[in-house]
Amino acid sequence: MTTPEVLKYTQQTGDFSKMLASIPYAGTIGLMCEQFGDDLIFRLPRKQENLGNPILPAIHGGVIGGFMELSAAIYLMMSQDALRMPRIVDFSLDYLRAGLDRETYAECRLTRQGNRVANVMVTAWQKSRAQPIATARAHFLMED
Amino acid sequence: MNDEMRFGRVSRFVSTLAQAGELGIEVTEARENRLILRLPYSEKIIGNPETRVIHGGAITTLMDTASGSVVICALPDFELCPTLDLRVDYMRPAEPDQPVFARAEAYRVTRNIIFTRCEAFQESDGQTIANCVATFMRIGKEATPKAYRDLITGDVE
Repeated sequence: MTTPEVLKYTQQTGDFSKMLASIPYAGTIGLMCEQFGDDLIFRLPRKQENLGNPILPAIHGGVIGGFMELSAAIYLMMSQDALRMPRIVDFSLDYLRAGLDRETYAECRLTRQGNRVANVMVTAWQKSRAQPIATARAHFLMED
Repeated sequence: MNDEMRFGRVSRFVSTLAQAGELGIEVTEARENRLILRLPYSEKIIGNPETRVIHGGAITTLMDTASGSVVICALPDFELCPTLDLRVDYMRPAEPDQPVFARAEAYRVTRNIIFTRCEAFQESDGQTIANCVATFMRIGKEATPKAYRDLITGDVE
């Protein structure tokens, strides 16, 4: 589990290895995260086990969803001063293009942070940021 | 088409999805317009090692697979239908060490769009873990290579 120490370390160093190691599902799909100044870019490297449709071939829609969902949760944790575990309430995902068998990226935006609920927008793309493969919106309940 | 054929088609389809195999997703029941899939509990889908609760992403994959596969139970011919959108509401965390089931239904089929709903639950108490509604676009069976269609319908020996 992400502890207050791990969060603090990640916020100070921009090294996500400890935080990601604390979330087994992140390792299963292979999620990575990099910090550029204040911005976070989430990365999902190519992985055979993540595929769904074998014809295109394309990444399983559920993996794209899980990647975006987990990106939003990590983004939210990083945006807080103290550790508050985000608990997902709902998740709404629009698939815009097939997610082909190549590296995928995601970025998040905090649309609204209330006392208890946060609304996050997520965009995922592959070859070009201008051509997103999916957009999503999630509500999280923030637990102290 | 009878339920045995539906079960065969859906099982063969799910077995071609690498991620479904990775998570161990299996078909439990297939009927006209209805389908139940099973996601076994495993360490690799845990979101929080302290509570050992499954990450929402794995539930999303289960429900996306169930919703996408129930389309097969709703159409006479096999056709791949891309997902347009998916909305998941999380009711409660799944109990660790127990499989999660997804019961999906295709409740409206039109010439262009298929509407589905899906519920994730566990056997122990039957309470809903998550609800999902999704829409799929029909692009016609010709958009899918014949060899793959034959593989799913079982027309290859």
